[in-house]
Amino acid sequence: MNQYLYHVVLGIVLAPLAGSLIAGLFRNQIGRLGAQYATILGVFISFALSLFVAKAIWLDGISPKDFLGYIWMSGNTIFPFTFKVGFLIDRLSALMMVVVTFVSLLVHIYSIGYMADDDGYQRFFSYISLFTFAMLMLVTADNFLQLFFGWEGVGLVSYLLIGFWFKKESAIQGNLKAFLVNRVGDFGFILGIAVIFTYVGNLDYAAVFSHATELAADKISLFSGTSWSVVTVICILLFVGAMGKSAQVPLHVWLPESMEGPTPISALIHAATMVTAGVFMVARMSPLYELSQTALTLVIVIGATGALFTGLLAIVMNDIKRVVAYSTLSQLGYMMVAMGASAYSAGIFHLATHACFKALLFLGAGSVIMAMHHEQDMRKMGGLWKRMPITYICFLIGTLALCAIPPFAGFYSKDTIIEAAQLSTIPGASYAYYCVLIGAFVTALYSFRAFFLTFHGKPRMDHHTFEHVHETPWVVWVPLVLLAIPSVLLGAFLISPMLYDTHTVLGNSVTVLSQHNVLAEMKHEFHGALAMIPHALLTVTFWLVIAGIFVAWLAYIKMPNLPGWFAQRFSLLYRVFVDKYGFDALNQMVFVKGTKNFGNALFKIGDRKIIDGFFVNGSGISVRWIALRARLAESGYLYHYVTAMILGLLIFLFIMLTSGVID
Amino acid sequence: MMTQIPLLSLLIWSPIVGAVFTLMAGDKRQSTWARRISLLTVLINMALCIPLYLNFDQSSASMQFTEYLRWLPAFGIDYELGVDGISVALILLTTFTTFVALIATWHSIKTKVAQYSAAFLIMQGLLVGVFTSLNAILFYIFWEATLVPMFLIIGIWGSDNRVYAAIKFFLYTFLGSVLMLIAFIYLGMKAGTFSLLSFYTLPIGMTAQILIFVAFLLSFAIKVPMWPVHTWLPDAHTEAPAGGSIVLAAVLLKLGAYGFLRFSLPIAPDASHYLAWFMIALSLIAVIYIGFVAIVQTDMKKLIAYSSISHMGFVTLGFFVIYLIVKSGHVEQVGLAFEGAIFVMISHGFISGALFAAVGYLYERLHTRQIKDFGGIVNTMPLMASFVMLFVMGNAGLPGTSGFVGEFMVILGSAQANFWVAFAAGTTLMLGAAYNLWMYKRVFFGDIVNAQVALVRDIKGFEVFAFGLLGLMVLFFGLYPAPILNLVHTSAQHILTLGTMTKL
Repeated sequence: MNQYLYHVVLGIVLAPLAGSLIAGLFRNQIGRLGAQYATILGVFISFALSLFVAKAIWLDGISPKDFLGYIWMSGNTIFPFTFKVGFLIDRLSALMMVVVTFVSLLVHIYSIGYMADDDGYQRFFSYISLFTFAMLMLVTADNFLQLFFGWEGVGLVSYLLIGFWFKKESAIQGNLKAFLVNRVGDFGFILGIAVIFTYVGNLDYAAVFSHATELAADKISLFSGTSWSVVTVICILLFVGAMGKSAQVPLHVWLPESMEGPTPISALIHAATMVTAGVFMVARMSPLYELSQTALTLVIVIGATGALFTGLLAIVMNDIKRVVAYSTLSQLGYMMVAMGASAYSAGIFHLATHACFKALLFLGAGSVIMAMHHEQDMRKMGGLWKRMPITYICFLIGTLALCAIPPFAGFYSKDTIIEAAQLSTIPGASYAYYCVLIGAFVTALYSFRAFFLTFHGKPRMDHHTFEHVHETPWVVWVPLVLLAIPSVLLGAFLISPMLYDTHTVLGNSVTVLSQHNVLAEMKHEFHGALAMIPHALLTVTFWLVIAGIFVAWLAYIKMPNLPGWFAQRFSLLYRVFVDKYGFDALNQMVFVKGTKNFGNALFKIGDRKIIDGFFVNGSGISVRWIALRARLAESGYLYHYVTAMILGLLIFLFIMLTSGVID
Repeated sequence: MMTQIPLLSLLIWSPIVGAVFTLMAGDKRQSTWARRISLLTVLINMALCIPLYLNFDQSSASMQFTEYLRWLPAFGIDYELGVDGISVALILLTTFTTFVALIATWHSIKTKVAQYSAAFLIMQGLLVGVFTSLNAILFYIFWEATLVPMFLIIGIWGSDNRVYAAIKFFLYTFLGSVLMLIAFIYLGMKAGTFSLLSFYTLPIGMTAQILIFVAFLLSFAIKVPMWPVHTWLPDAHTEAPAGGSIVLAAVLLKLGAYGFLRFSLPIAPDASHYLAWFMIALSLIAVIYIGFVAIVQTDMKKLIAYSSISHMGFVTLGFFVIYLIVKSGHVEQVGLAFEGAIFVMISHGFISGALFAAVGYLYERLHTRQIKDFGGIVNTMPLMASFVMLFVMGNAGLPGTSGFVGEFMVILGSAQANFWVAFAAGTTLMLGAAYNLWMYKRVFFGDIVNAQVALVRDIKGFEVFAFGLLGLMVLFFGLYPAPILNLVHTSAQHILTLGTMTKL
């Protein structure tokens, strides 16, 4: 069984890679259809095998398995280091594999329609399959080296895909920014790994976790006079990596610009999978995070800040994809809040439901964009519900799920997070609670704003365009429908097994200390998924959501002049939102300009003036100066030379005698 | 062991003999024969590398394939050759690089082809000589001799400002070497022989060690090059022809690093220990300062040259950070940083070689190296763009490429010494990504703005072949670095033992 399962896992990981290589290397030989089928087959195999593993884990109840792929490098007896490629198959990685391959498969199919007219068709399929491979390496890793490989691998493919339309200046600007900001995170991440290696001498999860308590007891002094627990330092450094990948404030700036890539990848990479890698990582490292209150506080505060403040920005965006992008930032914040509150299962639960409904929203937005001939500005949409009913209904489902309206999927996962934040006793949890609570209102407001602007009201495009809008082809809407189903049902079905059953879905693949265990507290209040629906009517959250929807309806359907009046009346606040709190301006000024100026100063003053100008060419000049003087000695008179020779010999003899070279 | 066949001598002298034949063939009939003979010579040498690798005993720390000929016994100067794992790795790199440099510039050199090819062959032989010499004077002769072919390559086949660059290159590096010679003479007089292995066991006082270390330092630091004696490199690279740049970056820079591990560490271990902080500081300045300087370069070749300096900072960092690790009590862990540094040496050979070849390809087509003159190359040269993406990512240290492995090991190793050293070294993740990808964006991405770019043809034939070989190396050793490390483990351990043992 073991060997058998290992081959299954290899198949899961390598099938998309094979598809990607075939589509990429032989793109001219196999053509568009060949590339499309090769990659879809690869991902389908991967999905099917993931389901098989899921069955083995949850139905057959096999215990977690750790497989060795190969020894990447090793030392010898004197240098006892070993780095390897290996796979950890447990409840968490099995769940992630299913989510990743499911969304990836649907996005592959959807792309047949969305990318139909694109010249880079094969290249696109090759990239998204490569992404799937890297993401699977990330979630199945059993050690930090491989985690980092997948971590940077998904970053690479994200870079390639954001810049997929490489002629577009905004796209290649966006992908550069994405990679660089992610590298800031990875900088922290690799330092975290380095600290782990220093204290454990091994990068395998199992070895690191078994040393967790010692790491918590060990102290490290980074600045003289301070002393931190090693586990805190590790967790914070790793979290810096998660801030980059999962776009947490202040490293969130790359995600909105990643929308310059094709819409299917926004759904796959920048909503459902890659950006949740940071959340996944924190859950995976729960045995470490649990031991550091400081790190948990950081996680919950950063997460909550993002959840509320990036959500606010979605209200002023006019590009339909940007609204969804900011909404993703906000939802990632929710997931991080769950992590910080030690409700890891709830965070992963939200990750799974979010993957479905956010992919649905992105693909729905893509469907609208296709129908509108690549128009993304919502101010030029409106009234589309008549023209594309399937997209309309699916988008509505996604919106309701996002707003946490019972009984849609998002309701279960998000409500749990809000409640977990309320119950958590971690410092910073009450701040987080108010952030996510107000966030619920904000979410409803911006989601329904986008929904109303796009599908309702009067069409704001010219008559001709409106007449030509029609429902997209089946390869586009079938994935929508397939994502709409879990967006409705997944929450109700999963809440009990995920959070409250005796053997939860994640089981012991996440660790929660009893004093942090908010889900155990909530379990007493839980009386089944259905009972949560009427109970919701009694909660503040629910009425905040309703208020949000009502405001959206009021402002964008009933009184369309209201937003304009508001923007004028509170112009300062409006400006702050439109400028996205000035992060971009700050980055541009401090980091981009600062780096260039600093580099130029070092180059022009350090290298050119001081080193080359003064020392190097200076020595050239002084050699010339000396030579000019020395030339005077070459007088051409024999007696000058003889005198010099005799003098030299005398000096030489004297030195040899005194230094004892000649005895 | 194949003691009966003088394999090392063959590796040194057969390229030089081949060079003579190449010169004799001359440039008649479009240099066809000169090209054929030079290629054949390199292929023979690559074949000779196979028994070298296969018969090398990886578990032995002693010098292997040793050869000994009496030469000037009165002075203790002999023709003494031998290799350890590190030398073998560098010989393989040298032979491979010469091959790549020749085929990558197969069509681009049109004048004096015979002399050009011969210069590369002679260079190859001399470089192998450096990596195999076990006698200090022999080493010195080979070391200085390598300057001549490179001086000629830059000075004859270089671009506009080639004479300034060639002279700067020659004087800069020659100046450094003279002090090394003085140190050798001192050691030779003390030991009674110039045999390298006898230097290792020679007890030396602290003051003398420091003086020896400083004498070595100047010559090796210039060659590496380390900040602040690095300014010859960008000039040399910009003016050198593509093939020259490939060999210069891939192999010639490694001479300095090789010098550190073959001479400075084992001969002056206490001085190395004493000055470790100084060396680490210089290395970190190279990583950070040069990283910033690389970002603002407007000339593609200068940018890659600066990135080379920055990467070589990792090599010297790995060599000297070991002394801090020993201090902080992780004696058994010093191997990681040290071997990481050796890995960077090899990997940088592939990646920088490939990037300089890429600039050569572009220069041949568009006759410019200025970043602003390009833009949108991917539209007309998609294959080239794909390859360069791989190399640029390798240069930025992406996991899965060989560029990642060594830097990862050095960063992890540095953290064992001091968190802040690792922190400073780690900034390369951001700086490296910034200069590499910003350059890539401006050269390859975007729409075509330059009419000339619209007309260029994609790489083909030998160009693709050279890129393919390099790409294969970058990926293979990124995914499976073990072969290189297995080759150097025992030798590295031996050098570390010598380097951490006091001689006072």
